[in-house]
Amino acid sequence: MMGSENDEDSHLHASREETENLFLRDDPLSRSDVNGNHSAVSTLPPPPIIVTPADSDPLSLPPNGSSYIEPPSYADVIFSPFDDNASDDCSSQSPISPSSSYPSSSDYIKITVSSPQKEQDASSSMLSGGSTYITYLITTRTNLPEYKGSDFTVRRRFRDVVALGDRLAESYRGFCIPPRPDKSVVESQVMQRHEFVEQRRVALEKYLRRLASHPVIRNSDELKVFLGVEGKLPLQMGTDVASRILPKQLFGEGVEVAAQPPARSGRDLFRLFKELRQSVSNDWGGAKPAVVEEDKDFLEKKEKMHDLEKEIINASQQAETLVKAQQDIGETLGELGLAFIKLTKFENEEAVFSSQRARANDMKNLATAAVKASRFYRELNSQTVKHLDTLHDYLGVMMAVQGAFTDRSSALLTVQTLLSDVSSLEGRAEKLEAASSKVFGGDKSRIKKIEELKETIKNTEDAKNVAIKQYERIKENNRSEVERLDRERRADFLSMMKGFVVSQVGYAEKMANVWAKAAEETSQYNRESS
Amino acid sequence: MESNSIDQSQTRNVMQSPRSPSSHPFLSASVTDPVKLGNGVQAYISYRVITKTNLPEYQGPEKIVIRRYSDFVWLRDRLFEKYKGVFIPPLPEKSAVEKFRFSAEFIEMRRAALDVFVNRIASHPELQQSEDLRTFLQADEETMERFRFQETGIFNKKPADFMQMFRDVQSKVSDAVLGKEKPVEETTPEYEKLKHYVFELENHLAEAQKHAYRLVKRHRELGQSLLDFGKAVKLLGACEGEPTGKLFSDLGTKSELVSIKLQKEAQQVLMNFEEPLKDYVRYVQSIKATIGERATAFKQHCELAETTKLKEINLDKLMLTRSDKVGEAEIEYREIKAESEEATIRFERIVKRMNEEIVRFQEQKTEEMGVAFHQFAKGQARLANGIADAWRALLPKLEAASSV
Repeated sequence: MMGSENDEDSHLHASREETENLFLRDDPLSRSDVNGNHSAVSTLPPPPIIVTPADSDPLSLPPNGSSYIEPPSYADVIFSPFDDNASDDCSSQSPISPSSSYPSSSDYIKITVSSPQKEQDASSSMLSGGSTYITYLITTRTNLPEYKGSDFTVRRRFRDVVALGDRLAESYRGFCIPPRPDKSVVESQVMQRHEFVEQRRVALEKYLRRLASHPVIRNSDELKVFLGVEGKLPLQMGTDVASRILPKQLFGEGVEVAAQPPARSGRDLFRLFKELRQSVSNDWGGAKPAVVEEDKDFLEKKEKMHDLEKEIINASQQAETLVKAQQDIGETLGELGLAFIKLTKFENEEAVFSSQRARANDMKNLATAAVKASRFYRELNSQTVKHLDTLHDYLGVMMAVQGAFTDRSSALLTVQTLLSDVSSLEGRAEKLEAASSKVFGGDKSRIKKIEELKETIKNTEDAKNVAIKQYERIKENNRSEVERLDRERRADFLSMMKGFVVSQVGYAEKMANVWAKAAEETSQYNRESS
Repeated sequence: MESNSIDQSQTRNVMQSPRSPSSHPFLSASVTDPVKLGNGVQAYISYRVITKTNLPEYQGPEKIVIRRYSDFVWLRDRLFEKYKGVFIPPLPEKSAVEKFRFSAEFIEMRRAALDVFVNRIASHPELQQSEDLRTFLQADEETMERFRFQETGIFNKKPADFMQMFRDVQSKVSDAVLGKEKPVEETTPEYEKLKHYVFELENHLAEAQKHAYRLVKRHRELGQSLLDFGKAVKLLGACEGEPTGKLFSDLGTKSELVSIKLQKEAQQVLMNFEEPLKDYVRYVQSIKATIGERATAFKQHCELAETTKLKEINLDKLMLTRSDKVGEAEIEYREIKAESEEATIRFERIVKRMNEEIVRFQEQKTEEMGVAFHQFAKGQARLANGIADAWRALLPKLEAASSV
């Protein structure tokens, strides 16, 4: 509708200064920036004591100095524009909630993803015709002490981001790790289309910023290396293959591992298969629940998280519908205004009677109000999007929580497998001992076997203890993460609600003023006997 | 408003309000109480039409009759035939989509439109004199049905009409013979301007009306989305502890409240803003029909004038040659001259009426649209204030929770 906007502007001379007066500055109630500037919350007037009745005739509002206090006017609260440019200062801060725990409030880390470039894969074979891929420039600015330095610039491709995600998943089991952007399976032609690349750039930036806002992960080696070390990414494949591959295969994510793990010792592979069998038998064991989790609290929490996720998804969808509806009504008001402006022009040009000129004037007033209201809806919608985006963001967070819970389940599975391993090995050792004791003088081959078995038992016991320690560690990570999450979520949702409501109030007031003016201008046509 | 109509009947300053002193003539009618009658495909709505008057031509101070939509159509058609040049008030459209035809909304809108229709006729200085109006307002249902039924046939065409039809054919033939292919049209600059204005106006109004209708829909859609959003947010609140849970619940409730306000306003916008715009469009279409009648009358007037001249020339020729056909020719000439004069009078009456009507129309429309705009603006302001108040009520609790 850009063309029609020009038409609107050229016709609304008188109202232009008025619209210019809708000056815009920072929204004091958005999530505060990292520097802890809880700006201007105190500039809002105190809540009202008496509120005007909702159905009052807007024309009969009492003049200033009336007997009751007028409600605070949020129309005067000015809202920041929502700029889609990710590099804009407004949205360049990490999406950090006010409740995130930082050692000091002046810490910051700012990550920007930009300048996508096409590059050739030097090592590709002649047959594949030289595959190209896109790299992105990643700039980091920080004053965190963990990062030795304040400015870093590297070029990374999406494959590197996948690797980063995988490394973090390994190292930070039990933590709520933000999910990385999807790998889209698309043709190479699509890969290089500008829109796709831009979408991916935005997604990467969001992802890295989320990582940087996680209090533990922001200081991880993996992230530091990713952000700061130039050249080809040196991140190695982790050793704990079994526990990583297994759940994914179980839950049908397919073979997502970038490279096949080298065949480890027979022991590991053996254990892998055993765990697979174990968990399968657990799942379809019938009466017994899958992974025997004694922690009732955990089970409750897990179920609660599941319900919460479901409702967040639903709310997120309804929020999208709401945004669309606001956009539509704004557009239609604009089109209506435009149609009346054309009518105004027409009547004025063709006027033979004064009644026509009067009508043209009435139409102009109506059109002006409609166009202004249309603009307000557009601005309101930007605000609504900004605030309700929290719901969309939390979809990612819920996925991260699921990941953390899955880590715990798979760690428990490992423990259980090892426990049953130990007991079955011990069973075999007993049998062998019993059998060998019946042979007088000792059964050399059997004794040897028993010794080997006892060696195996010891190793498995050690592995079991390690697994138990790991499980306990993950449990603790889970707990602290969930606590952090609950805290942050409460603050984020509160901030979202407040931002949403304030913008609704503010813009409703602005629109009321605009329409009241139009009603005033046509008050000679008031035929109501009220 | 004085108008000396050709039939020299007195026009009176007839008032609408029955509260005026009893010596003043008044006539008012209202269309009320829609009732669904009949079954299935033949079902229809009947309305009560209540007439209050002190005019002597009427059967008493008050009369109530039952009418249906096609009766109104009959009245409109009769007036259109008899009062050429007058902008006959428009009727609401014949029918809507089948399932919508009996919705309370549609019935009420139609009733209101029919009420406006009858009242416009009753307050028009010429139309209010109409015998057909009296029939419509007073005749019993059986009589009305007979009238209505008759109208649809060709059988009630009077002999004069047949003669006219014959002449039309004749003139077309002579046109072709004389090589006059060009249609006969009025081309005075003033009238050209008027025609252009009317046709352009219809386009502009139709567009405005289209957007007004869409706006009604948008109100409903926004209302629905807020309702769904409110429900979703309440469910979300049920998963959360305090204070988030309660706040979400309050937010959801408010959202549902705002939704209701929007639905109500949607209905108001439909009735008080979109419908007047639609009426405006219909009125312009009625004017176009009148323009058509004027064109027909003009053509007749021109052609008869031509024919008369030819007959005169012919007569003079015969008189010069002392032909024995003179007598016949003279009779013919006189007849044609009389007809031509009648046609000219008819045409001029249409022109006079139209000139008066256009002034009336412009004033009426400025008034009616002014009212519509005012109500629309007031409604929107009321809605916006209501929405602001509703959301604002949440802020104290939200503030309190944030400052913890």
